[in-house]
Parts: sequence; C-alpha cells; structure tokens
Amino acid sequence: MNIWKSVMKFIYHFASPKHFYRISGKMIPWLGWLAAILLVVGSIDGLFFAPVDYQQGDSYRIIFIHVPAAWMSMFIYMVMATAGAIGLIWKIKLADVIASSSAPIGAAFTFLALVTGAIWGKPMWGAWWVWDARLTSELILLFLYLGYMALESAIEDPRAATRACAILAIVGVINIPIIHYSVEWWNTLHQGATVTKFDKPSIHISMLIPLLLMAIGFKLYYASVVLVRARNKVLYNEQNNRWVKEIVQANA
Amino acid sequence: MNPKRKNRLILVLLILTGTGLAVALGTMALKENIQYYLSPMEVKAGKAPPNHSFRLAGLVGVGSVKREKDGLTTHFDITDNVETITVTYTGILPDLFREGQGIVATGKLTDGTHFRAEEVLAKHDETYMPPPVQDALDKAEASKAQDKASGAMTQ
Repeated sequence: MNIWKSVMKFIYHFASPKHFYRISGKMIPWLGWLAAILLVVGSIDGLFFAPVDYQQGDSYRIIFIHVPAAWMSMFIYMVMATAGAIGLIWKIKLADVIASSSAPIGAAFTFLALVTGAIWGKPMWGAWWVWDARLTSELILLFLYLGYMALESAIEDPRAATRACAILAIVGVINIPIIHYSVEWWNTLHQGATVTKFDKPSIHISMLIPLLLMAIGFKLYYASVVLVRARNKVLYNEQNNRWVKEIVQANA
Repeated sequence: MNPKRKNRLILVLLILTGTGLAVALGTMALKENIQYYLSPMEVKAGKAPPNHSFRLAGLVGVGSVKREKDGLTTHFDITDNVETITVTYTGILPDLFREGQGIVATGKLTDGTHFRAEEVLAKHDETYMPPPVQDALDKAEASKAQDKASGAMTQ
C-alpha cells in the first residue's frame, strides 16, 4: 500500500496545473520537431522509395496516411476515455483537460481516415463508400467525437459537462474493439488487419518501415498538439491563481 | 483507495460491462444483417433471400471470364472453392478485377446457380508487397523452395 500511495502522490504532484504547465512547455518543441522529421522522412520514403504493390500499383501508397490516421482515431479515443475515467474516479483535473483537448484532434484523424479511405476505395473497390461493418463503425466513431464536443459545449456548468462527457466517452469505448475486430467478426468489403495481427505482418519490410515512421510521427504530432491545447485550457481554468497571473504579467 | 473513489471506479466498470453486454447482445441478434455478403456455399444452402437483391462474394473462377461482343457484358464464375455460381454483369469492372481476385457482386439470383449482378466491387487482401518479391514467391512455390520464399518476405 505504501508504494501505491507514493505512486499516487507522484501522479498528483505531476498533474498539478503549475507543474504540468512548466514541464509540457519544455516537451512540446521536442515532440513537435521529432514529429515533423518523422512525417517528412516517412512521406518521402513512402512516396518515392517504397516499391509499388504487386496488385494495387502506386494506389496503395495512400496507406501511409490512411492507416496511421485510422490507428490514431482509435488510439485518441482510448486516451480520451481513459483520461475521462481517471478524471471521473480520481478527480484529477488534468485528466479531464487531456480528454477534452483530445476530442477535436481525434475527430480530425477520424475524418482523415474516412476521406482517404473513400479516395482509396473508389479506384480499388469501385465504390467511394459501402455500409460494411468496418466503415460503419468508423463513421460511428466520428459521430462519438462530434457528440462529445457537442455535449461539452451544450452544458453550461463546466463540472457537469466534464462528468457527462466522461460518461459518454466511457460508453463509446465499446466501439473501439468493434472497429478493430469488425473485419474478423463479419464479412466486410474492407480487408483484414495487416500489421496488428498475431501473425507476422503481411506487408513487405520496405513498405512497413515508412508506415511505422508515419504512425510514430502521427503519435508525436498528437502528443505535441494535445499538450498545446491542454496548456491553454490549464491557463484558462487557473486564471485566478497567482502563478498564472505572473506568467501573464511577464508576457504582457 | 477511499470508499468514494472505489464507488466511482465500480460505477465506471458497471457502465463498461453494461454497454458491452447490450452491444454484444444487439450485434449477435443482428449478426445476419451485419454480414456484408454471402458466400456461394451459403447461397447454395438457401440463405439468399429469394427475389431480393443481396451481395455475393468469392473469387473469380480462373479461366471463367468470358466477354460478350458488346464489350460491356461479362460472364464469370464466383467460387469459394467449394461451390460455384455463374455471374452475368453489364458495366465497367473495377481495376482490380481479374481471375483469382476476390470480388463482391450485388444483384439477384435468376435461378439456383445463376446470378445477375448490378454492381461489382473488388475486394483486395491485406498483403502488400513489391512485384519482384511476388515473382520470387511464385518461382519458389513452383520449385517447392518454401524456406527461400519466407526468407525473402522477412529479410
């Protein structure tokens, strides 16, 4: 129990707004630049150096955007739901801030995954959109994000809004395994998993490397953007505290 | 953990199991409707709705594609390597359409083994590899040198 207590103490200390503001300010440039480098290198590798696909030719190259965007759409939702649950149970304000800062970024990645999927689907499948289980559950994910954002701005009392949003995020998390396993549980037009399966990935190493570079780049991009947004929210929420006033005066 | 937090943790877990159970029951009840397509075997087993449009999927039978003189109407077999259904389609086929390729056709049965398609979509698999590796794989398979092929895949 002693270890548990000291871990919790550390988390509470790290999650204190002042501490978070200082540390995240130092992390953002590193995360941002690393993301930029990975995305540039990954795009160049994916678009120019990765070989053509034996069946799809050059058209498959959209996976370097589509697949990382789809992974991010689910990853960010998991972060949002977990942070929401932590905020709900342990009343750590920073967790609520992270959850609400994540929603628009997650919605953007979901939209990107849907749009790039449609652009890929038209030439390869012959259809922009089909109502199979994978595509439909991903569309529901977009609606969950939009619903979360709408609910947050519809409730005026911020504490009530936070609680309602956390519950919505937790309820919606059930959609994540459905998205992931939809291609296994049901017949879908969408193909099965390539990388995230227990077998070895069925993608050639020369195509897998740029894909993973892009995926890590997207993750770091999310990390830097969510921290920027969370910092703004923290400053706004803590505007009556002395340390915020000092920062504002120093920058005035 | 203090009792208040414990209660809230239990509440969160209850929400998760509750929605999980509801969704699981719902999707199980809708299982047939969530299926995007039927296989030839399922059609032969009488699962296809009579006089109703449905989707049929399988591989295009090798050597079965015949084009009519109008250049648009195509006849081909869809097979799951157990049962085979002959499909007729008038229109432009997707780029990936070829013999041995997985496809999904929307249309109606005209009789037990004939299917009139209104739309044909190609279903590609989850394998991505460059053509030289594909060639090497084919050659390796021909000469039964399986270990060499998996060596080229993983490097």
